[in-house]
Amino acid sequence: MKKNRQAGGHDRRPGFWVYGILIAVLFGSAFPIWWSFLIGSQDAAAINQNGINWIPGGNFLANAATVIDTIPFWTALLNSIIVSTSVALSVVIFSTLAGYAFAKLKFRGREGLLIFVIATMAVPTQLGIVPLFIVMSRLGWTGSLWAVIAPAMVTAFGVFWMTQYLRDALPDELIEAVRMDGASMIGSFWYVGLPAARPAAAMLALFTFIATWTNFFWPFIVLDPGNPTLPVALQQLQAAYYVDYSLVLSGVVLSIIPLILVFIFLGKQLVAGIMQGAVKG
Amino acid sequence: MTAAIDVDARSIRRIALNHRLSRWDVRFSPYLYISPFFVLFALVGLFPLLYTAWVSVHDWNLIGGQGDFVGIDNYVTVLSQQYFWTSLRNTFSIFLFSSVPQVVLAMGIAAFLDYNLRAKTLWRMGVLLPYVVAPVAVALIFSNLFGDRFGLINEILGGVGIDAIRWHVDVIPSHLAIATMVNFRWTGYTTLIFLAAMQAVPRDYYEAAIIDGANRLRTFWSITVPLLRPVIIFVIITSTIGGLQIFDEPRMFDQAGQGGANRQWQTLTLYIYELGWGQRNFGRASAVAWLLFLVIILIAILNFAITRRIAGSTERRIRTKGKR
Repeated sequence: MKKNRQAGGHDRRPGFWVYGILIAVLFGSAFPIWWSFLIGSQDAAAINQNGINWIPGGNFLANAATVIDTIPFWTALLNSIIVSTSVALSVVIFSTLAGYAFAKLKFRGREGLLIFVIATMAVPTQLGIVPLFIVMSRLGWTGSLWAVIAPAMVTAFGVFWMTQYLRDALPDELIEAVRMDGASMIGSFWYVGLPAARPAAAMLALFTFIATWTNFFWPFIVLDPGNPTLPVALQQLQAAYYVDYSLVLSGVVLSIIPLILVFIFLGKQLVAGIMQGAVKG
Repeated sequence: MTAAIDVDARSIRRIALNHRLSRWDVRFSPYLYISPFFVLFALVGLFPLLYTAWVSVHDWNLIGGQGDFVGIDNYVTVLSQQYFWTSLRNTFSIFLFSSVPQVVLAMGIAAFLDYNLRAKTLWRMGVLLPYVVAPVAVALIFSNLFGDRFGLINEILGGVGIDAIRWHVDVIPSHLAIATMVNFRWTGYTTLIFLAAMQAVPRDYYEAAIIDGANRLRTFWSITVPLLRPVIIFVIITSTIGGLQIFDEPRMFDQAGQGGANRQWQTLTLYIYELGWGQRNFGRASAVAWLLFLVIILIAILNFAITRRIAGSTERRIRTKGKR
């Protein structure tokens, strides 16, 4: 493959104009984020002046302090961490278990059930929010983090993803070998299945974490204003400071810092994950 | 002597028990492993969806709970309300403005990323950056950029002599602004999906075409695009399911969150929220949810039919090319 790529005339190093276009694209994806810092670091008077001030002001920390006083920022941050981590963990555990069974174990109804899982990927569960809300209030969970975590604990996508991965990554002979050595079914999962699943599980955890962190609709419906996740807290900020964008956008900057950090450290894996999933899907 | 026989009998029994346990293990373990998914999905996915149908044929108040059975009354009421049709129109319009340019842009950017670039990973990470910004944050940033009076975009338009556009008042401009938010967040993601597919195209195809005298643009149109069709369809299907449910961006586009003074940019999901949690009418909210579900299914079937035809014809084309 590698050799093939270099042989073709198609794969000469591109000219400068290609890099020029790509720099413009990168500018498009970074500029709005930079802009929110630019506005978030100024005071209201400075941004209401005519013309645009292209130099960041020195007001970011003061704005951030106001934001933290106005919305329950630390609660929201902690809630987002708790919710995203537990959802990611639970999705990974249940998806790996189910994926192992679908990929490697023989049981009656396997094909049918797997088709069912894939079919449910197309069902927008969001549309069941009214009954879901009724269920949560019957359980007395509205307002608590449980109401956000419980409905997200399994995903059809996760099961599908792990099934696809384990099918190729784990040779049947390996499972047979540990079974011959006397391992139980759960033993074979623990000693062979889980280690083989690790790369795909890490990817799934990363994607689930980001999806949960950025999720708004359901937490907005089911959580109390005093006990929000970060997106829900941001929404309150807009209600409080609609006209004062320096405050709103400094709050935006505060809220996106955690995931930008995740991105800096794990962006490479994120890219690889999307490209890998795309080829299989 | 008897003791020895006893021991043997016991160990035989134990072996038999172990054997039976192991058989049960083999037979039932798989079901145990897949059951958490099915149990939880049934509870929080399937049941609510079906129960929505039940709620939709009843009077049902957020506070008061279940009321009388009213048959299709909720559906009739909702379908006779203007806001339902406005939001259906808005949903489709925003969806088209976000998916069509996104597919085109992503294809183009992917083609450039498919060059033999230096620092590949860096460029790929760069286009993906917006993906980690929550839609709520994206909406807040862009509703500032699209400000009607002092927004940066109107300032720039003013600079080239175009009158200020009322992004928060007029129908099409508001849809464009909201679609821009969606595109900002998702174009990079879509780009990487296309890039992955492009890299799977055998390089021999390009070499043969170049020997035949084709240039870069020609190979893109005649080889890359046809081969990418199945992936394009995949992107369209997934973005349809998500796009028709859009809520975060239109909700955050102004302070009131109802989709504009005349519901210029209210989407169906926003409408469901307004009916259910604004007017506390769960019956009608469920009716709209089911109608939206039917729309999604309809489009999914349509997509599926088109996919099969297009995927089939692409396959045929490549096969005939191979023969030639």
